[in-house]
Amino acid sequence: MANALDPHAAIATTASGAPDGPLRTADGKPLARALARSQARAKRRAFWLVLPLLAFILLTFAIPIGQMLQRSFYNAGFSDNMPQLSQWFAENPRGTDPDEAAWTALAQDLQASAEARTIGTVGTRINYDVPGTRSLFTSTGRQVRRGVEPPYQAALLEIDEKWGEPRLWSAMREASNPVTTNFYLASVDRTRNDQGEIVKVPERQQIYGTLFARTFWLSLLITATTFILGFPIAHLLATLPMRKSNLLMILVLLPFWTSLLVRTTSWMVLLQQQGVINDILVWLGLIGNSQRLQMIYNQTGTIIAMTHILLPFMVLPLYSVMRTINPSYVRAARSLGATSWTAFRRVYFPQTLPGLGAGALLVFILAVGYYITPALVGGSSGQLISNMIAMHMTDTLNWSMAAALASLLLGAVLILYWLYDKLVGIDNLKLG
Amino acid sequence: MLDDTHGDAFVAFEHVQKSYDGKSLVVKDLNLRIGKGEFLTMLGPSGSGKTTCLMMLAGFETATHGEILLDGRPINQVPPHKRGIGMVFQNYALFPHMTVGENLSFPLEVRGMSKSERETRIKRALDMVQMGAFANRRPAQLSGGQQQRIALARALVFDPKLVLMDEPLGALDKQLREHMQFEIKQLHETLGITVVYVTHDQGEALTMSDRVAVFNDGRIQQLAPPAELYERPENSFVAQFIGENNKLQGTIEELSGDKALVRLGSGELIDATPVNVTQKGQPTLVSIRPERVEFKPEMMPADAHLVDATVRDVIYMGDILRVRLHVAGSDEFVMKIRNTLGQTKLSPGQEIKVGWHPADARALDPV
Repeated sequence: MANALDPHAAIATTASGAPDGPLRTADGKPLARALARSQARAKRRAFWLVLPLLAFILLTFAIPIGQMLQRSFYNAGFSDNMPQLSQWFAENPRGTDPDEAAWTALAQDLQASAEARTIGTVGTRINYDVPGTRSLFTSTGRQVRRGVEPPYQAALLEIDEKWGEPRLWSAMREASNPVTTNFYLASVDRTRNDQGEIVKVPERQQIYGTLFARTFWLSLLITATTFILGFPIAHLLATLPMRKSNLLMILVLLPFWTSLLVRTTSWMVLLQQQGVINDILVWLGLIGNSQRLQMIYNQTGTIIAMTHILLPFMVLPLYSVMRTINPSYVRAARSLGATSWTAFRRVYFPQTLPGLGAGALLVFILAVGYYITPALVGGSSGQLISNMIAMHMTDTLNWSMAAALASLLLGAVLILYWLYDKLVGIDNLKLG
Repeated sequence: MLDDTHGDAFVAFEHVQKSYDGKSLVVKDLNLRIGKGEFLTMLGPSGSGKTTCLMMLAGFETATHGEILLDGRPINQVPPHKRGIGMVFQNYALFPHMTVGENLSFPLEVRGMSKSERETRIKRALDMVQMGAFANRRPAQLSGGQQQRIALARALVFDPKLVLMDEPLGALDKQLREHMQFEIKQLHETLGITVVYVTHDQGEALTMSDRVAVFNDGRIQQLAPPAELYERPENSFVAQFIGENNKLQGTIEELSGDKALVRLGSGELIDATPVNVTQKGQPTLVSIRPERVEFKPEMMPADAHLVDATVRDVIYMGDILRVRLHVAGSDEFVMKIRNTLGQTKLSPGQEIKVGWHPADARALDPV
């Protein structure tokens, strides 16, 4: 035992220390405080050195991500611009039919919003829940700006009778509260009906559940294929003489140094129906000219291209672990009577688990969030959830929806990470 | 004891050669017979081919030429796991992801033994190395000496007839090493197993072995029991490799039966026993153990030739005094004298005459 760390052993040698109570320095100050003071200067200096990076990460990473996550449950596009109607919703419970006061609030809010040119924002917010309503808001806004007379219910219904639809009022009630779970509900193919109950969306519109399932399934498959392909390479790298293994290592790293687009495009050249592989198969007579294989713009394309791109992330952690495994372990197992297969299974393989765990976790997490490759070679059946997030970011401009999907993805990955920690232990992770 | 003509050796190397690159031989025509129950040590500097020989016997390297026989059966084509040879590795090679008990259980499991049988054997093997209480520990939680014992127990738990040890004590400190030497020797005697032991530590080889094979340059230089190896080295390499030796260069002046007269470079004459010199005028290297050098006339044969020496320094080593002398033009001549009561005091600069019994000076091949 290290006696120096044992407080009872130290007391015996400290003249001024009381037998019980905390340890003290020679001049009677508490030891813990003296230690903290003596180290404070060094700690402050160290902090100043990491401060630029800390600020950089905070400004460019943590804060934007926080804002993004906030969008997934907070959207004030309606409530800020329609204050009177939001007030009315707050005062009247769900199920109350809109009375003249509600219509008055609606008309005045529309008028104010149209004049402030925020009517588009309001329309967009409602459009998320009731597609096709953005134009209702903007056109009504234009007419209301020219003047509208009470009774407002009749006036607005006169402009467009869609204003009478209960679904629209239900959506506006939902949107009147800036804090909402609707985006998360939509992310798991759920919605609220007119009574505010959570129900499944019609089967034809259930897309996210399928996409999540496909994303996780494909990621799992890609992790498995990188493992099957990467394990022997890593072993070879770890056992070959230095000169040869360096050469092989360059070949493994080559994809790393090539542009992602170039790599993906070369897969297009190889895999397409008039591509190199199909040409060879036809030339060999294995398939007829009319039976060329569809290997790209579908799931197969996504799996092949992503396996190739993510392979180094499996090989490198495995290699770094295998290099440290002394060959005498396998020899010992063999001398003890194990066949080469038993020696591999019971002695070599278990020792590669930290590398395998790291590689699998790395590949899986990267695959779950991969975007460019599936977008380029995935066709429609090879699209992953990240492509849907990108679509909401750039095409539909429903950032709240994108944020909700991304948060769910992040949550799932964190759960996996936690599971890995429980099962294998995160300190067993070896990245290189 | 076993000589090379004996027929029923337990392990036999017959004309074994080994090359890794096809250009040079690491092992050159090795012939070695090891008897049942023998403790044979392969001793030599690194790169002398001793470990390669062990690896060929274990089955991790294949002989390029020649035959290796185990119990009369050629084993060149037998894979390592079917040879039934226990092996202790230099770094112990205990499986880090298994407990001590699981490590010992491994060779028994692959042999398909029942659980109860395994438990009995594991307990017996652990008790044998006084590690009975450690079955549930991981190797990383054990000290070097404890890991060494477990490695030993694992190599013995399946009752192999032959156990190979590849510098098993190399990583231990001196005191522990000496203790483990004693324990391994005792285990060898109680269990009656055959042990082939590889080391570059000559002290280890001398204390433990029945016979020692001194390797150099891919050949066995001498194969003999420890005492013979120390006292009657057959060539200059063995003389210099085992223990400390004084070397005197000279030529054979006279050769008559078991006596030789050697003229040193400085012109002085000394007595020696011819070992591998055959004729007059041949250059030779005479080797004499420092503890066999005498400087008091009454301790030497009456007709011995004496050599002039000047004391350079005296090192006090406790049990002995190590005296460095200037003899025949060299400052490297060492004499060890016992630190007894009333021993003559020597001081630097003092001029003395040294001599020795002719049997202790061996005229060997020149280097």
